[in-house]
Amino acid sequence: MLKTDVVVIGAGAVGCAIAHELSKYKIDVLVVDMNEDVGGDASKSNSAIIHTGYDAAPGTLESQLVVAANSMYDELTQSLDVPFKRIGAILPAITQEQFDRLPEIKEKAFRNHVYDVEFKTGAELLEMEPNLNPEVKGGLYIPRESIIDPFIFVQALAENANTNGVEFMLGARVKDIKTENGKIKSVVTSCGEIETRYVINSAGLYCDEIAEMVGKAEYKVVARKGQFYILDKNTSCKVEHIVLPIPTKVTKGKLMCPTMHGNMLVGPTAEDQESKVDKSTTSAGLDSIAADVKNLVPNVNIRDTITQYSGLRPNRNPEGLHFDMYEDLEGYINLSGVRSTGLTLSVAMGKYVVQQMMYHGEELELKDNFISERKGIIKFSEQTPEVQDKLIKENPLYGNVICRCETITEAEIVDAINRPLGAKSVDAVKRRVRAGMGRCQGGFCGPKVIEILARETGRSTTDINKNNPGSYMVTGTTR
Amino acid sequence: MYCIKCDVAIIGGGPAGLAAATSAKEEGADKVLIIERDNALGGILQQCIHPGFGLTRFNEELTGPEYYGRFTDKIAELGVEVMLNSMVLEVNDKRKEVICTNSEYGLTCVQAGSIVLAMGCRERTRANIVVPGTRPAGLYTAGAAQRLVNRQNIMVGKKVVILGSGDIGMIMARRMTLEGAKVVMVVELMSYLAGLTRNRVQCLDDFGIPLKLAHTITRIEGNERVTGVYVAPVDENKKPILEKEELVECDTVLFSVGLIPENELTSKAGIEINRVTNGPLVNQYMQTSSPAVFACGNVVHVNDLVDNVSSESEQAGKYAARFAMNKLPDAKKEIKCTVGRNVRYVCPQKLLISDEAEKISIYFRVLEPELNVTLAARCGDTVIAQKKEFRVNPGEMNHIVIDSSKLTGDEVTVEVVKED
Repeated sequence: MLKTDVVVIGAGAVGCAIAHELSKYKIDVLVVDMNEDVGGDASKSNSAIIHTGYDAAPGTLESQLVVAANSMYDELTQSLDVPFKRIGAILPAITQEQFDRLPEIKEKAFRNHVYDVEFKTGAELLEMEPNLNPEVKGGLYIPRESIIDPFIFVQALAENANTNGVEFMLGARVKDIKTENGKIKSVVTSCGEIETRYVINSAGLYCDEIAEMVGKAEYKVVARKGQFYILDKNTSCKVEHIVLPIPTKVTKGKLMCPTMHGNMLVGPTAEDQESKVDKSTTSAGLDSIAADVKNLVPNVNIRDTITQYSGLRPNRNPEGLHFDMYEDLEGYINLSGVRSTGLTLSVAMGKYVVQQMMYHGEELELKDNFISERKGIIKFSEQTPEVQDKLIKENPLYGNVICRCETITEAEIVDAINRPLGAKSVDAVKRRVRAGMGRCQGGFCGPKVIEILARETGRSTTDINKNNPGSYMVTGTTR
Repeated sequence: MYCIKCDVAIIGGGPAGLAAATSAKEEGADKVLIIERDNALGGILQQCIHPGFGLTRFNEELTGPEYYGRFTDKIAELGVEVMLNSMVLEVNDKRKEVICTNSEYGLTCVQAGSIVLAMGCRERTRANIVVPGTRPAGLYTAGAAQRLVNRQNIMVGKKVVILGSGDIGMIMARRMTLEGAKVVMVVELMSYLAGLTRNRVQCLDDFGIPLKLAHTITRIEGNERVTGVYVAPVDENKKPILEKEELVECDTVLFSVGLIPENELTSKAGIEINRVTNGPLVNQYMQTSSPAVFACGNVVHVNDLVDNVSSESEQAGKYAARFAMNKLPDAKKEIKCTVGRNVRYVCPQKLLISDEAEKISIYFRVLEPELNVTLAARCGDTVIAQKKEFRVNPGEMNHIVIDSSKLTGDEVTVEVVKED
């Protein structure tokens, strides 16, 4: 039987951040995830924003963690070589009713210790963001709201944790958790049983099902679907900040913002549903995005869309971010209610969890050989001509452009496949290097990526999946 | 950086680039260079192994490889130079330079007397037309599937629904059937065919594949691999009638929903793009808004027949060579070529009037299908060219030839006149 000290269930943002934090200490950690790739579900399909926490419920654990986490990103993204931009958010008030709510929102931000929120006049906002609705009456500017590529970030955390000794068991479904005398004993997965002292439940959408395995089913998770549009980099109407609507009592509403890669992101919807797997987009949902965002940015050109997708946020019932340890179940740590701020607060949660483990008697000793620096995949298209020339001469695969929309070379794809926790599927390649994420959506590079994956992993093309098992790309050879 | 000098640099070694190269060389350009991103010449014709090419040009029915073979033979004979596996990253039209990658030479700078853009087009995707539903494996553009089947000998699925009655879609319906797959139906949003009538007959009717006109796919089902699509008829505003939606089981969906000229390099160079064609604005020499840059083939406007691409590209090659040799006719005046009744776009959009009398071919597509019409070009009230057509439809390119000496005023309008 495999043996470890800590099993982290879920390789999403929170799970990987905890694993990353634990990898600084002398303790064995194994991350288990049912997906074939790290990055989770909700963690990779969301608004891709690092929040300040200005609108959190003051005094809550969520508020504390989000507010604390925001300032950690500059240094962390630097050492993990993850692109991160502090572009700032604006909340324009279009109607008088919205305008009247600004003081209340600003006051709440102050109660969350987010003191750099500023009031801006309509004219000031239009100068900052010329494509805003010209009727804007004024609004708030939240300078430290930032953007990141959520998958690249989580993958970097996982990869760096892996470099520092954390093991990953991917494609493994947790079936049971065994306890003995009020202590965690082992985790039974579809890939075998793991003996462990700790189980950290960071299973997101499925955290209620995991909790049930240890008899701690105190809540339910309902999937809340959020549908998004991604617009072409060349779309005629762009914004430079995160443009947020003034929230209503019911919803935070739909936003428009740039992505790390220069596209526009528009959405999301918020639709509660029974299914935890149904990530389909709907015409009603997509139409509502266009209609709502036009209030903020009237000229947004939804027809320039290059893709649409939806993510499922785990919505806890009853609500609220919860961190739980139990006196009658030693070694079990339960995280629930991690929702849209989960990506942001993940890094603070990692530290919080470690602190709590120590507080509860775990003697954790720092490693002296922790490697904090990680180098990401070199982006050929972003290099100077001199560097590009040098790269090709060192490795001719840099001279072979596979994805023409995003100018992604074969060398980048091979790196994505062969580095730690590398890509095993077409989507995993796409998430790491953006081959197929451009305007042709893999029309040209898809067939080539299948061949490169087959070649690099020594598999037949029929064994190459789009993502998880069952999502086979091709069925065989021709006659 | 590695540097190469040439008279005419041609970006793209598909049918457009090949034809431009032959005519540039024949016009007298000394050094003509084709820069191609693939590992072989021929472009998309390499995967078009079906016959039907060359009927107008060679009076023969050739396959794609046979068709471009005639041109590759010719460029070899003429001594056109070719750089394969070279992706162009930038066109600098002011300095007349093209920067490309090449595994062997590293980053390469090509300095030219003139540049011909012949990058072709790409396919519109499921996401472009916003088909809701899940995002499983098994969704391919028809061209991507065609590449896998015909160039990589890989089958993409067993039970297929095709959205869009474009030519590649219909050709793939036949191809998949011949490879043993079941093509359940071809679904077309419009009430008429998007591609050529002959392809409907030879690729669908002959194989008993149903064509559902005025229908669309309303959503896609399946989490890992496609399990089915919902198909519904559409009303006169092309909105699906959801009450009549039906589930059609399949493991593969091919999208043949239109082609878009690939003008990333063109836009980046600041060359003017036509909003209807999505290609650069050109005059009859296929010269773009940047004088040293010419363009031809599907990068300018999406053609129906490669034969048309070849003749248009020969113009581009010829005049690009003349430009490089400083022998372009002196333009006395520029006039606009505009669209009239039932014309979606015209190409070229500008005409240069010089002392040289020329026959100018104007290519155009109609908006709506019509029977018994006259195609006409007029300057003011004067008709300067006309011809009768039994039938016009948006899937097929039309063209009319005008005599440059007859052009008067500032504008020539092309229109479809309905016979009484």
